[in-house]
Amino acid sequence: MTYSVEIVAKYFPFLAKGIEVTLVFTVIAFIVGLGLGLLVALGRVGRSPALRYPCIWYTNFIRGTPLLAQVYLIHFGLPQVLHYRPNGVVDALVALSLNAGAYIAEIWRGSIESIDRGQMEAARSLGMTYAQAMREVVLPQAFRRAIPPLGNEFIALLKESALVSVIGLEDLMMRANMMAGRSFRPFEAYFTVALIYLALTLGFARVVNHLEGRMKSGHS
Amino acid sequence: MVIVENLHKDFGTLQVLRGIDLQVEKGQVVVIIGPSGSGKSTFLRCLNYLEKPTSGTVTIDGVRLGEPGTDINRVRRTVGMVFQLFNLFPHLTVLKNVTLAPRKVMGMAAEAADEQAMELLSKVGLADKCDQYPSQLSGGQKQRVAIARALAMRPKVMLFDEPTSALDPEMIGEVLGVMKALAQEGMTMIVVSHEMGFAREVADRVVLMDGGLILEDGSPAEFFGNPRHERTRAFLSRVL
Ligand SMILES: Nc1ncnc2c1ncn2[C@@H]1O[C@H](COP(=O)(O)OP(=O)(O)O)[C@@H](O)[C@H]1O
Ligand SMILES: [Mg+2]
Repeated sequence: MTYSVEIVAKYFPFLAKGIEVTLVFTVIAFIVGLGLGLLVALGRVGRSPALRYPCIWYTNFIRGTPLLAQVYLIHFGLPQVLHYRPNGVVDALVALSLNAGAYIAEIWRGSIESIDRGQMEAARSLGMTYAQAMREVVLPQAFRRAIPPLGNEFIALLKESALVSVIGLEDLMMRANMMAGRSFRPFEAYFTVALIYLALTLGFARVVNHLEGRMKSGHS
Repeated sequence: MVIVENLHKDFGTLQVLRGIDLQVEKGQVVVIIGPSGSGKSTFLRCLNYLEKPTSGTVTIDGVRLGEPGTDINRVRRTVGMVFQLFNLFPHLTVLKNVTLAPRKVMGMAAEAADEQAMELLSKVGLADKCDQYPSQLSGGQKQRVAIARALAMRPKVMLFDEPTSALDPEMIGEVLGVMKALAQEGMTMIVVSHEMGFAREVADRVVLMDGGLILEDGSPAEFFGNPRHERTRAFLSRVL
């Protein structure tokens, strides 16, 4: 087994550009997913069936189908019926964001539902509206509880983002493919890219652990 | 101040309240006792519509609840509620627990809300705890903060649902002391409690609830000295 350090050194700057794309994509999809997920979670815990059922179906559909199928659907399938021009960057972002939104919605929902009912009741008994009670009392507590699972979701998303290279996005994974093709050294290419992903996920895992530790010492 | 007529509440097939009538005058203190599961909490929760009655009416200070033009959030400002498990907001300091509703619901300015909160916290003997979080307080202190929080909306009626039953015995006195002071100031109070000493000393009326009905309703002297119903006697012999 040989692992040519020269090959890796030669292509590393090329791969490194993909790190930025991967991170930017992950962060954008995560942020969109946070907002979308919160809306969906609020729809699910609320009382209106007209909001609840679409929210349930959105999360079921996303969580029950492969990300790859979703990416293809958005990039290749839907343009046929909705008549938009496929765009690798946009479609990748949309697919990843919609995907993140569903998983994050479940995290928000779990953390909202974990807050004792007495909190909502105490707030309502003081004359707050449902929205005020949610915003001032339930959500601030739910946010704290959501931080560790959200951190894990961010890491999962970082890994999942590798899939969107199939529609031509020059992320870390795509650049590894390109490196493999140009250098005829697929082992160096894919092993190196795996190590880069590992370094990224381990790094973020440390951040998550740190946040978790800080939360435990705080008032929750 | 509070008029309840023929109040029924079912949970599915379970009939929890089966026709409650009760009138509480301004400034009166009514203590409700009764076996566990008799519907006392449900009754209190119907008074501010945390639980929607199945039928019957609740009128608070002339406002009939559940009517089309009645804004329940407005009514709830006038009805303070104190819970068995305090339900303080753990993410907020003691001061913020007390100022949150006046600020958000009534739009009170920060300084005015803080000033009022400090007054109320002094009243319950906890001004020095204003910057602490609920998790740093004892049970008795938590309940006193919860009382201050409810009072911050300047309610006309206060509901207490077993306010001392989750407390260690040595902390019960401090909470009952605050409630007694409140009664002496003329607050209208409906208190679910099994503190018979408090009922005898502070209540204007004591009510026995059993099986979703009011069985006995009288002054403490009548209630404890000469109860009309056999069930009341049986209940008293168990708890006294
Ligand atoms: N939200 C609810 N759903 C179904 N049953 C309930 C609910 N709340 C209370 N109950 C039932 O109503 C009965 C009366 O409860 P409660 O009012 O808490 O009695 P108490 O406060 O006198 O102990 C109990 O049998 C209880 O299980
Ligand atoms: Mg009860």
